[in-house]
Amino acid sequence: MSLYGAQKLLFHLNRDAAVQRRYRDDLPALLDGYDLDPEEREAILAGDVGKLYVLGANGQLLMHFAALLGMPWADYIEAMRDGVRRHGPVRAGIYAMTTSADEKVAGL
Amino acid sequence: MSLVFAGVCSHAPGITGRAHLADPRVCEPFHAHFRAMGEELEAARPDALIVVGAEHFANFFMNNMPAYAMGMADRYEGPIEDPGWLGIAKTRVPGHAALSKRLIRCVLEDIDVAYAEEWKFDHGIMVPLHFLTPRFDVPVVPANINCQGPPLTPLKRAWAFGEALRRACDAAPERIAIVGTGGVSHWPATPDSGKINEAWDREFLDRWARNDRAALLSYSDEATYRDAGQGGFEIRTFIAVAAAARGQGTIRTYVPIPIFSVGCTIGLMAVE
Repeated sequence: MSLYGAQKLLFHLNRDAAVQRRYRDDLPALLDGYDLDPEEREAILAGDVGKLYVLGANGQLLMHFAALLGMPWADYIEAMRDGVRRHGPVRAGIYAMTTSADEKVAGL
Repeated sequence: MSLVFAGVCSHAPGITGRAHLADPRVCEPFHAHFRAMGEELEAARPDALIVVGAEHFANFFMNNMPAYAMGMADRYEGPIEDPGWLGIAKTRVPGHAALSKRLIRCVLEDIDVAYAEEWKFDHGIMVPLHFLTPRFDVPVVPANINCQGPPLTPLKRAWAFGEALRRACDAAPERIAIVGTGGVSHWPATPDSGKINEAWDREFLDRWARNDRAALLSYSDEATYRDAGQGGFEIRTFIAVAAAARGQGTIRTYVPIPIFSVGCTIGLMAVE
């Protein structure tokens, strides 16, 4: 899979106002510029933070993306747990979940 | 003139962005410690502040990831994050390109540091500045250690980077402060966010305060990942500051605040 490409899109999106405008105005065209497999493209189109987490997107990139989407903190944490419930354990990277999906680590 | 101030602090985005979700009886004393560190920094009358940080893909990506990078600009901007989410307004921060260039030349004698004439600050620098230099009026020299995208630089090289920074500061006429910022154990940006290994943290901070080089460098990344999470890789910033300051440290506060995702830490170290 092309996880690198998905992460590169998040990197650009998080730091560049022009890319953020393209994200809002013409997301499919923006995504055409990145090497994404269909699963990644679909997850980004849907703003599916849980799926991107499971695919192995670096957590820091994903946290900033969730903030960009305007997700409240509790929703963002729950979206990642829900991703694991729906799709299984994190498949790559160093941001694997070490607690159980029902554990409210910080009370959220 | 060399170093006139050295310390370490946390930088978790929750410290500002989720302050409203924290117990004020815990949050407010920590914020007060953070501001007090800023008052001590100001009393040292620094001409510039080196922030040894561990940025989170605000500038550097896996297409060309420097193990070490320093800013070399007269101005920076931040935060890259949504200001409402972080609780810090977008602003410009003064830099000091001429000083940066001199420091970088000197550091290059020992460490192959990359330089960057543009740099966007994320929470990793903006949260510390929000408390330490709240008027954003002290020129900043950002110095980054890659703690996010493995392979990572070995701890002994982070120590050498700190030593190189100290030699560079010794050669500069300016009064320079250095602050390292990172987490001790934490599992940020995962569903485990809020998990904290307090015993591990206290042991690490004790080694830091004693400035015990051998003990600080004895952690393997495998053990750190297991015991302190991927956020624990940021101990590199604390290690670099210990190497630069050479003195004994004092932990002014350490308080686990799960909603901030980290054991919140303020430490000062004597410059010797």
